[in-house]
Amino acid sequence: MKVMIAGGFGTGKTTMVRSVSDIKPLTTEETLTQASADVDHLVGVADKTQTTVSLDFGKISLNDTLMLYLFGTPGQERFWFLWNGLFKGALGAVVLVDTRRLASSFRAIEEMERQKVPFVIALNVFPDSRDYPVEEIRDALDIPPRTPVVTFDARDRAASRDVLVTLIRHLKDRSTAALEPR
Amino acid sequence: MSAPRRPTDPSGLERYYVLTGGRSGPGGSASTLDVATLVVSRAAPSPGMQHEHQEILRRCREPLSVAELGAHLQLPFNILAVLLSDLLRAGSVEARDPIPAHDAGRGPDLALLEEVLSGLERL
Repeated sequence: MKVMIAGGFGTGKTTMVRSVSDIKPLTTEETLTQASADVDHLVGVADKTQTTVSLDFGKISLNDTLMLYLFGTPGQERFWFLWNGLFKGALGAVVLVDTRRLASSFRAIEEMERQKVPFVIALNVFPDSRDYPVEEIRDALDIPPRTPVVTFDARDRAASRDVLVTLIRHLKDRSTAALEPR
Repeated sequence: MSAPRRPTDPSGLERYYVLTGGRSGPGGSASTLDVATLVVSRAAPSPGMQHEHQEILRRCREPLSVAELGAHLQLPFNILAVLLSDLLRAGSVEARDPIPAHDAGRGPDLALLEEVLSGLERL
C-alpha cells in the first residue's frame, strides 16, 4: 500500500518521509523514456533528451503483514506528468503546504483533484510562519469543505504520524459515505 | 584480457542499454508492476545468470518492494521493470500486487483502513 506525499518545492515532503519512516529513506529513480509500455528499442538514444528524476520514499511496518510505503513526489512541477502511474493505486495523498508560500502548492492540489486521489492538506509550520486561521487558508487555496486541513511540524515523527491518521480517517469517512444508500 | 569488466561509468545510459539488451520498457505481466509491488524470489540465483538477475533473486528472498529494490540496485524503475519481466517470465520471481486501494467506484476496503489505522496508532 502506498500513500503519496505531495506539495510544492521545499514544503517539507522529504522531511516528513524521513521523520515517519521505519527505514532510512531511500531514493529511487525514474528516467524519462516511458512513452510505451511495450518493449521498444532505444534506437537513437543519444538524440533523446534523457532526464532522471528521483523519488524519496520510506516505509512503515503496520503489522506483520501490512506495509505502508510513503512516496514523496518530485517538487519540480515539470516532472509531474511522470507520476500519473505513481498515483494509480495509492490509498491517498498528503499535500503539504508552506503557509509562507501558499501558491507553491496550488498545482499539487489541482493535480490531486484531476487524478481523483483523495487527500488531506497538512500545513507545515516553519519557525517563522505566521499563525493563519485554517479557514483563511482553506479559502485562499479553495479547498473543498470536506477535505481535512491540519497543522503540523514535518520534523516531528508523532505529528507526521498524526497527519497519516487524519488521512486514513478521511478515507474511512469517504468509504462509509459511499456505502450509504442514496 | 577478455574477462568482463565493470563499466567505467556505472550510472550511464550505456549500462542500462547493456543490462536490458536495449529494451526500454517491460512487456507482458511486468507492465503492471508498480513501485509498491512486492517481489519475492521463487528460485535460487544460478551462476549462468546475468549479474543483476542474481542480485534481484538474492535480495528478494524476503518480499521487497520494487522501489526498495531499485534503490538498492541503483536502477531506475523502468530498467528494473525490464529485468523483473525476464525473471517473471522464467518463473524465478513472483510479484504480489500492492493491495488494490480502490474497488471500482467504491473507496478502499473499510477493514483494511481499520488495520492501517490501528497500525499507525501503535507507532
